[in-house]
Amino acid sequence: MTPPPRGLAAYPSLAANPVLSSWLAFCPGGTVTIRPGKVEYGQGVWTALAQVAAEELDVALARVTVAPVSTDTSPDEGVTSGSLSIQHSGSALRQACAQARAVLLEVAAGKLGTAELTVQDGQILAAGQPTGLSYWSLASPGLLDREAGDPVPVKPPREWSVAGRSAPRLDLPDKVTGRPRFLHDLVLPGMRYGRVVRPPAAVAELVSTGDPDLPPDVVVVRDGSFLGVVARTDAEALRAARVVAKAASWRVTESLPDDRDLKGFLLSAPTQDVPVESRRDEGAAASATTVRTAEYTRPFLAHASMAPSCAIARWDGEQVTAWSHSQGVFALRDALAAGLGLDPALVTVHHAEGAGAYGHNGADDATLDAVLLARAVPGRPVRVLWSREDEMGWAPLGPAMLARLSAGLDARGRIVTWRQDVWSNGFIGRPGRGGDPRLLALAHLAGGQPMPPAPDGPPTGAMGSTRNAVPGYDIPDLEVVRHRLLTMPIRTSSLRSLGAFLNVFAIESFMDELAECAGADPVAFRLAHLTDPRAAAVIEAVAEFSGWAGRPRQEGTGYGIGYARYKGLAGYCAAVAEVEARDDVHVRRLWLAVDVGTVINPDGVVNQVEGGAVQSTSWAIRERVTFDRARITSLSWDTYPVLRFTEVPGVAVRIVAAPGEPETGAGEIAQGPVAAAIGNALAQAAGVRVRDLPLTREQVIRAIEQA
Amino acid sequence: MEAQELHLTVNGEDHSLACDPDLPLLDVLRAGLGLAGPRFGCGLGLCGACMVIIDGKARSSCDYPAWAAEGTEVTTVEGLRHDGALHAVQQAFLDEQAAQCGYCTSGMIVAAAALLAANPGPTEQEVRNALDGNLCRCGTYGRVVAAVLRAAAR
Repeated sequence: MTPPPRGLAAYPSLAANPVLSSWLAFCPGGTVTIRPGKVEYGQGVWTALAQVAAEELDVALARVTVAPVSTDTSPDEGVTSGSLSIQHSGSALRQACAQARAVLLEVAAGKLGTAELTVQDGQILAAGQPTGLSYWSLASPGLLDREAGDPVPVKPPREWSVAGRSAPRLDLPDKVTGRPRFLHDLVLPGMRYGRVVRPPAAVAELVSTGDPDLPPDVVVVRDGSFLGVVARTDAEALRAARVVAKAASWRVTESLPDDRDLKGFLLSAPTQDVPVESRRDEGAAASATTVRTAEYTRPFLAHASMAPSCAIARWDGEQVTAWSHSQGVFALRDALAAGLGLDPALVTVHHAEGAGAYGHNGADDATLDAVLLARAVPGRPVRVLWSREDEMGWAPLGPAMLARLSAGLDARGRIVTWRQDVWSNGFIGRPGRGGDPRLLALAHLAGGQPMPPAPDGPPTGAMGSTRNAVPGYDIPDLEVVRHRLLTMPIRTSSLRSLGAFLNVFAIESFMDELAECAGADPVAFRLAHLTDPRAAAVIEAVAEFSGWAGRPRQEGTGYGIGYARYKGLAGYCAAVAEVEARDDVHVRRLWLAVDVGTVINPDGVVNQVEGGAVQSTSWAIRERVTFDRARITSLSWDTYPVLRFTEVPGVAVRIVAAPGEPETGAGEIAQGPVAAAIGNALAQAAGVRVRDLPLTREQVIRAIEQA
Repeated sequence: MEAQELHLTVNGEDHSLACDPDLPLLDVLRAGLGLAGPRFGCGLGLCGACMVIIDGKARSSCDYPAWAAEGTEVTTVEGLRHDGALHAVQQAFLDEQAAQCGYCTSGMIVAAAALLAANPGPTEQEVRNALDGNLCRCGTYGRVVAAVLRAAAR
């Protein structure tokens, strides 16, 4: 048995929610319901958490069901973000299950007069023989309404039989048969349908609603510049919203920067400049014989979820109940209450699944929309669905960024000094962050204030725009500085991997440029600057299974590598890309080697890494939010194209085993390394370095012209 | 916007219902018939989340007017089961774990089922071409292709 750490400090989620019955319940019919505070949005976390519980309780996985998250009944585990669910929720659940098991076995021991008991699929065995007792016969009401005590030993991974093996996702049978499962499918009795009429520009004031010709049963809601309708059907609401939009007149302010000059925008805005990392070695720095500097940028990126945001809300007197696909229902509850001046105790938010979420999208904002519209029809639930255009134009975006890197090599070709400056709007813009509710419609209500610029979290190499801005290589003299923009003409917040996507692209592109200066092979150059054996292991693994060494050069085709340890402290990922650059930029194949510590569901990890690799490819070669001086203009799949079936690379993923290492998330580790590998492969294929994302044909031509 | 009587067959059952003939078929299926499988994604026929089979062809239902569906035979993902058993494509999606969030899944399965009905032995490139109108933001394309090829091989 693994000796437990002292106290519950190692289990932050459990320490914050210590009552065992808030985590699990033994239910009639021989099932176990677990109640994690983390939400499912396609990442498969519920399946992995069910495996954890089944393993620790010694019950079959099929007996475990997962309760939807609700502010009423679930432990508050904060936001489901940052690739932390397995670490936080998994460890809490494992410990809660181990303690629940101990409580039940103690009761069994009292009844049987022996403590030599084991459990087989929930049945209590004594000396290997059935006792007639089971978890379900022992779990009297209230028995688990007790606080977790000091940690008890948990099963070591070498004894696992359910966790550590690929398990099919619990939610997929519903999803392949079209059973209602998403919030978008939920129909409540007496429900009405709402639609919001958004302003025609990022900054616009509603001057007049005009005189829209509407059916008598349509309710129009106006509060300042917040405008919406409530109708009996969604079709009627949509029609009415179009009529209302046509009749309304607005005063539009041109407030957006020039989307063809993102560098100019980023470098001219006022900033808050804070050091992220500074380790000085003047002697080493002075030994530099070659100094290189380069700038890398990314554009604003959209979540572009497959489903427009949806929410339902109902007012019952002073009480508000909402259904949301938010990643953080507790923070959303508090933000709704703060924004509307309500007692949080009167607000309940239930989570229901939405389409894939890759960060802070429109889910929270849609919930406020539903709450505002439902106020007009007390007692009735109102469902709000955003349009595709509103989803693309009004959900928060991942910010545009600039990273300026400068490094010095000594005479032996070793990096002796490195400086990295990162300019970006903040990524930490979820509801409640920085003390503000940060919900879209609050700025539009009468007397509403513009949303303050997004915070960016503590200035570390793990957070915000400077996530992964501190290279993981052995460099004696190093300085990293964050320049957070203090104006936010375009609303920004968390998007998968935060700043790591650009920082890793920049660092790993620069590593190739430095390797070239040093006359070194990119793989050998990286390995020469790494002492962490787990880092070297993923790089060596990907080099081996992609056939890195000895691959013949082919005109127009290139191979590149990218590596990072996510956040500098989580999962390791190395990627190799094969890119063809003839008529256009094509990513043909990707190979990834990952080390995410102890793995609960190997196929779940591979699925997440594959998906991350494909999305990163899409960001790297296709995606860019466009806007004019007043509004976002990339509002459809035509104007914001994402990678499709005929364009996706083949993706091969290999998990590098790391027995005994702590679990880390897998959902975000591929974003940076894949983009970097593609950039490096393109540089070889096209014979020119492109430093501005996305890596399109036009950017290649521009780079050739500038070279 | 006068309601008209619409007659169509959905998943083998005949329906006649009064509706605005200009409504998208997707609304008729979801709001009118209570089917959750076809999903709204964009309203412009650009993402495939709403795909259904209309008279043997996979089509977007979000931009398909109800009046055009008069007298047609429509199959949604709910109607692909046969005698209670999953369609080969549905089973293959489970076997390959070919989904993440699953919002695009019903459209993908419908498109793949229509492909295999017309071309039981497609090449990988034919699968990619046939499904090119179906987007997946989670990036499960590779697994979906593997699932369709697996279903074809059964």
